[in-house]
Amino acid sequence: MRDWKPNIVVFACNWCTYQGADLAGSLRYVYPSAVNIIRVPCAGRVEPEFIVAALKNGADGVFVGGCHPGECRYKEGNHKAGRIFKLLKTVLTGMGIEAERVRMEWISASEGKRFAEIMAEFCTAIERIGPNPIRRKYNEGQG
Amino acid sequence: MKDKVKLAYFLSGGCGGCDMAIIDLSETLVDVLPRLDVVFWAPTVADVKYKDLEAMADKSIDVGLYSGMVRLSEQEHVARVMREKCKVLIAYGACAALGGIPGMANMHTKEEILQTVYFDTLSTDNPDGIVPQTRCVVDGKFELSLADFYGHVRPLEHVVDVDYFIGGCPPHHALVGQAVLAILEGKLPPPRSWITNGKAVCDVCDRNPAVKGEERELIKTVKRTSDGAPEEGRCLLQQGYLCLGALTQGDCGSLCPKVNIPCRGCGGPIPGVKDFGLRAIAAIAASLESEELVGQIPSPVKLFFRYSLPASMLGGKIK
Repeated sequence: MRDWKPNIVVFACNWCTYQGADLAGSLRYVYPSAVNIIRVPCAGRVEPEFIVAALKNGADGVFVGGCHPGECRYKEGNHKAGRIFKLLKTVLTGMGIEAERVRMEWISASEGKRFAEIMAEFCTAIERIGPNPIRRKYNEGQG
Repeated sequence: MKDKVKLAYFLSGGCGGCDMAIIDLSETLVDVLPRLDVVFWAPTVADVKYKDLEAMADKSIDVGLYSGMVRLSEQEHVARVMREKCKVLIAYGACAALGGIPGMANMHTKEEILQTVYFDTLSTDNPDGIVPQTRCVVDGKFELSLADFYGHVRPLEHVVDVDYFIGGCPPHHALVGQAVLAILEGKLPPPRSWITNGKAVCDVCDRNPAVKGEERELIKTVKRTSDGAPEEGRCLLQQGYLCLGALTQGDCGSLCPKVNIPCRGCGGPIPGVKDFGLRAIAAIAASLESEELVGQIPSPVKLFFRYSLPASMLGGKIK
């Protein structure tokens, strides 16, 4: 797999991580082109179905970005998201998907530099573990 | 309304509990039996062979009930034949509709399963290391065949087009009665839908705090069914027993919560839910009080995907 490049889906909260990504762009911080950002109203809006659908449709890594604890615009959306994500991650690991493939971080609107750094870090981690096993399964026609 | 409705029934990979649910119709069965013409009911009730079913004209059977999941080549074959012969094909029961309890086998490979069953269990006595073969020759001249054991469990829908789904493990006899009457009167819902009253288990559960005008609180502890005894009349989920009634179709009339057992989702997902297990993860995790409680949920994959693993988006363990 020499010419393989990772494909990363980022669910970014409109009020923090998405603004952080915007800031990273304005400040000309470089982050990998493998990152595809999907804007959502809140990290709490990201259902487990979204993450699994992304993985099933060929994403090698899925990232969910929300507001720091206590800073949610909807009071507790990010806390809920944290619990859902933790449980989903346990289940996905149990189903044979590497824990590193899904990640959640709190990134505020002012953390443009941190956004770029985390994206680079996540991308490197995905490159290390290789392509998504679900994609491999479907490519081999066993799905 | 027709005088007689031709019915075919096949027990596939299930346990036979769904057959029992039909027998449980009792008085309703007495009323409807004269109007049913059972042309095929294998292997439990009628003495008919696959070749008899294969010989029938296409679309000559009005309704086919298929219970059980598809794991063997033989089951897949009958599923395809039933689809050809039946005007309406119903995935009857949790196994046919979602994969059911046997669907949890999708967490293991075929090799692991054969290894456990034919070698590792304490009661196994297999010194020659014999495992099932699809063909074998006995006495040098008799060729015997056995169905192929596929690598994974599939719900009926993944094999052929299904017209209706009936949930439950087994389906509640009242729902079966409604379904049979709907078939006889030709009052079936739009194709490709579930035959259900459309209500969640919580909707019909007496323990539901909303019914009693109480406030719903976040869950403070996670308990297994073996931890203590639940308080009478109080919501099981509120007490920490992880009940999936909120997203399960309540055609059973909340039978399990009535006897202190939390709902595990055999009734199938309520309308609007695509992947039962994933939605259950969101529902339960969102109602927990803290993140620490998430780690206390015992064996989460087999809790949330107990009846729906093969029909879920991931379908089983990625190997």
